[in-house]
Parts: sequence; structure tokens; C-alpha cells
Amino acid sequence: MIASKVAPISERTSESTVNRNNDWYFRKPVSSKIKYGIPVSLILGWELVVSLSILDSRYLPAPSHIFQALLVAVSSGQLLADMQISLYRILTGFILGAAPGLVVGLLIGFIPFMRMFIQPILLAIRPIPKLALLPLLIIVMGIGEASKITLIMLGVFFPVAINSASGVLNLHQQYIDVARNYGASKYQFIKTVAIPGSLPTLCAGIKIGFADALLLIVAAEMIGANSGIGYRVWMAYSIFDMRMMFVSFIMMAGLGIASTMIIRFMEKRLIPWNK
Amino acid sequence: MQVEKIRIEQLRKQFVKKNKMVEAFHSISLQIKDGEFVSIVGPSGCGKTTLLRVIAGLELPTSGTMHIQHHDSNQPLNAMVFQEHSIFPWMTVRENIAYGLTMRKVPPSIKKSIVDHYLLKINMVNFAESYPHQLSGGMKQRVSVARAFANDPEILLMDEPFTALDEQNRLLIQQELLKIWEENQKTVVFITHSIEEAILLSDRIIMMSAHPGTLIAEYEIPFPRPRKIEEIRSSTFYKNMFNEIWMQLKEEVEKSRSMEGMLPI
Ligand SMILES: Nc1ncnc2c1ncn2[C@@H]1O[C@H](COP(=O)(O)OP(=O)(O)OP(=O)(O)O)[C@@H](O)[C@H]1O
Ligand SMILES: [Mg+2]
Repeated sequence: MIASKVAPISERTSESTVNRNNDWYFRKPVSSKIKYGIPVSLILGWELVVSLSILDSRYLPAPSHIFQALLVAVSSGQLLADMQISLYRILTGFILGAAPGLVVGLLIGFIPFMRMFIQPILLAIRPIPKLALLPLLIIVMGIGEASKITLIMLGVFFPVAINSASGVLNLHQQYIDVARNYGASKYQFIKTVAIPGSLPTLCAGIKIGFADALLLIVAAEMIGANSGIGYRVWMAYSIFDMRMMFVSFIMMAGLGIASTMIIRFMEKRLIPWNK
Repeated sequence: MQVEKIRIEQLRKQFVKKNKMVEAFHSISLQIKDGEFVSIVGPSGCGKTTLLRVIAGLELPTSGTMHIQHHDSNQPLNAMVFQEHSIFPWMTVRENIAYGLTMRKVPPSIKKSIVDHYLLKINMVNFAESYPHQLSGGMKQRVSVARAFANDPEILLMDEPFTALDEQNRLLIQQELLKIWEENQKTVVFITHSIEEAILLSDRIIMMSAHPGTLIAEYEIPFPRPRKIEEIRSSTFYKNMFNEIWMQLKEEVEKSRSMEGMLPI
């Protein structure tokens, strides 16, 4: 008999999540006409302004010309080659940075002695913009792959280490008490509370790390490389090929969007409880 | 059922806060019988939660003694239902309820049947695989209660488990709790701000003074079991009892308010 009385609670909950008041003021959904209309008309306007010679096409090539250059870059295989080498550097550096970052972060989080020992060093080095280390890395490692991958590794290491540490350190006391009250062993506590509880913070660190990696690879390839998307931008600058430069911008935007989507997908899989 | 379960003598707990001693409670002596349902009421900040945490073993007392009979060492001694939301957001309802059993490495088949039993009891069979963010506040609280019961402890410690609920849901859940408890007859120490809830559920109510808390009064609640909430609420005896307890509690709450006003800030 209680069953029938309690049922309305669940109905109410699901209703309130489905029909959440989404159309109040700034939550109002934007109509798709505006959403797609604005960028499309911007591009058309751009095309028009350049073809009427109001803007100099040597500096700002028309979208149609950029598109042509894009097709050429795709069919010649150059675009793919640039993407490949840049991605290789990003991913290698990312893995080499994120894995030790995670380990160091967890050590700081779980072992007070390590926290005392490593945290000050970490906090002292972190504020240095990693890009500033590039000249040093090139002197030590030369102009090859090593210096670029190391740069990305450093860029990824810090946010991952710091976020995984703070994920563990900021675990809600209540959850720790529950684990203690239910007799969790140290190992069980780490597995059932500490790791899942710090995953969201850790993921935020990985996202920051990946964004930094994109930034660093472009800069590193501009200075010391003869391949990759950063190199392509610099090349375009040197030979004053604005179309090639804009094609590179499109490539970077695509890379950024794709990586965000992949990370978001993995995050949903990894943290299904985060709405 | 006259066996003594918990005996507390001259218990005191102090915290050190910014180099100053804060007394949470002092001079608490108390016996709780096996299978007894005892409620603790008292003004906010009087040390109720701290007392419960000491009984749970999450906090050590500063002085005094505490004896708790542990009859069966294969069974956990206590399980606590915490004041705030404490179910794990990263576990499904099923995993949350099973938490204590998982920690004790209970075989999966037994675990499943116990969890199924309590899912049914708290009316959440359809939510077994949901995550907490998909639940209402009342449902989360029921999961938290089920987690404690499912672990089958000898003592249940409940810290204002239903305070966050609205009146209607609270009534339903109190009824459910009464039903589950009347089947198990576990020893329960139950903290509440609601005199009504304390009368409806308990065998005995203990009142604590304003901060720093100590015991100031005790009331036996003689209503027979199994209890029907509606019947009890409409009886004259209930109304008299309520008034008696309220008059005394009011005094303490006013004391604790005027003390707050005097605090140098
Ligand atoms: N960890 C702590 N460190 C320092 N002081 C604490 C700590 N925990 C509690 N106190 C203090 O002890 C006193 C009692 O707190 P407690 O939480 O036990 O009160 P309570 O009766 O449960 O209050 P409420 O009804 O509001 O939940 C308060 O003055 C509080 O500030
Ligand atoms: Mg409390």
C-alpha cells in the first residue's frame, strides 16, 4: 500500500528533469535560423566584400579561394601529412606527460610525506610558461622531435599532476567517513572512493592539458620544425601565402573541435554519473 | 530484551579550534538497551552529531568511558546514516545499498538477494541502476537508510536522516522505517530536530542542553508496537507529551540563541 503512495515522488522527479524550465531569459534556446544563419551570412559577406575589392584579397583571401586551396592541400596529401606529424607529437607528448602527472598527483594526494616533498617544487615550477622553456630544450636536445615532444610533455604534466592531487585532497569528508564507518580497507577506500571521487577533477586537468598541448605544438613547430601545422603557418608567413595560412587555421580549428569531442565522449564513458 | 547494549559514563568531547578549546559535549552518562530505539533531541550545535560520531568510532572521546557490546563479531557493530547526503554519486543505487556488503566481501549471490530485498522495502526497484543525480532528495535519503540496514549492523546510528524532506515524504518514510525496524529490532540511536518524529518512532527520548551539551531530560514513550502513525498523532496522550517536551526544549533553544547573540564576533 505504501508502494502506491510513494509512486508520485518518482513521477514528479522525472517530470521536473524533462520539463526543466529552459526558456527563461538567458536559458532561452536560440532558434536554428539564427544559429546557422549568422556564420553563413558572415562568410557570404566576407566573400562579397573581398570580391568588390573593399578589402585587399592579398591580405584577406576570399572564402572561395581559401576553399580551393583547402582542396588542393587535401588532394596533394600535404594537409594529411601535416596533421599526422602534429598529432603524433601531441599524442606522444600527451601520454608521456599525463601518465607521470597522474602518478605524481596521486602520490601527493595520498602520501603526506610526498606532499611535503613534491608540492613546493611543483608549485614553484608551474607558473613558468612552458613555452619559455623551448629555447632551453632546443639547446639541450636539438631541433628534432625530442625537444617538441618534451615541451608538450611538460605542458601536460603540470595540470594533470595538480588536478589529480587536488581531486584526492578535496574529497568530501563525508565520503571518507562513510568508507571508514563501513569498514573499508585502505585498498578498498582508494578503489571505491578516492579514485572515482577524484575522477571529475582529474578529467578537468586532462582537458586543460590537452588544450595546452595544442597551443604548445603550434608554437614549437613555428620555431624549430620542417613539418606540422605550426610549421605550415610559419611557412605561409615566410612566402606570404595567405591562402595557405587560412587553410592552416581551418586545420587547427578542426583539430581542436575533434579533440574536444573525443575527450567529451570519453569523459561520458568514464564518468557516467556526471550529468 | 533488557540486555545492555551501550553504556556511556561521564563522556566528554573537546575540539581544538584555532588554539581554543571548543567543548562539544560533557558529562554524558547513558545506558541503551539491546533493541531499544532511542532518540536524541536538542538545540542546534549542542553536540548531537559529535556524540553519534563518538559512538560510531569515527571520533575519540576526550575523557570518559564507553562500552558497546558486540555480540557477533561476524556482524558489523554499527552503521551510520549521515546528516547530509552521503550516498556516493559515482555508484548506482544498487551499488550504494550494497556498499557495506561489498566491503565485507559478501558473496555476490547473497549480496544481490539482500539488496533486492531492501530495494523492494524502500520502493525503488525501478531505480536500482540509476545514479543519485537522477533521484529526488527523498529517494537519496531512503537509499542511505537502506545501505545502513542492508549491512545488518547491531546498532544503527541515524543523524537527522529525514530533516531535508517535505512533510508528506517524511511521513511515508517514517512509516517505512518503523516497519523495517519493527521486523529487525535493532538498537537505534536517532537524532532529530522534530519532537513529533521522536515520539512517533522511539522507545525513549533523550534531551540535550544548549551548547556545550549534556543530558537534561529523558522521556519514556509507552505507545505499543507495531505503531500506526495516524493513531498516535490523534491521541491526547501524544499531544500532552509533545507539549511537555516542547516546553523544555524551547527553553534550551532560547538559551542557545541568546548565547549566540553574546558571542564576540
Ligand atoms: N571537527 C570539529 N572541529 C571543531 N569543532 C567542532 C567540530 N565538530 C563539531 N564542532 C563543534 O562542536 C559543537 C557541536 O557540534 P555538532 O555538530 O555535534 O552539533 P549538533 O548538535 O549536531 O548540531 P546540529 O543540530 O546543527 O546538527 C559545535 O559548537 C561545533 O562547532
Ligand atoms: Mg548535527
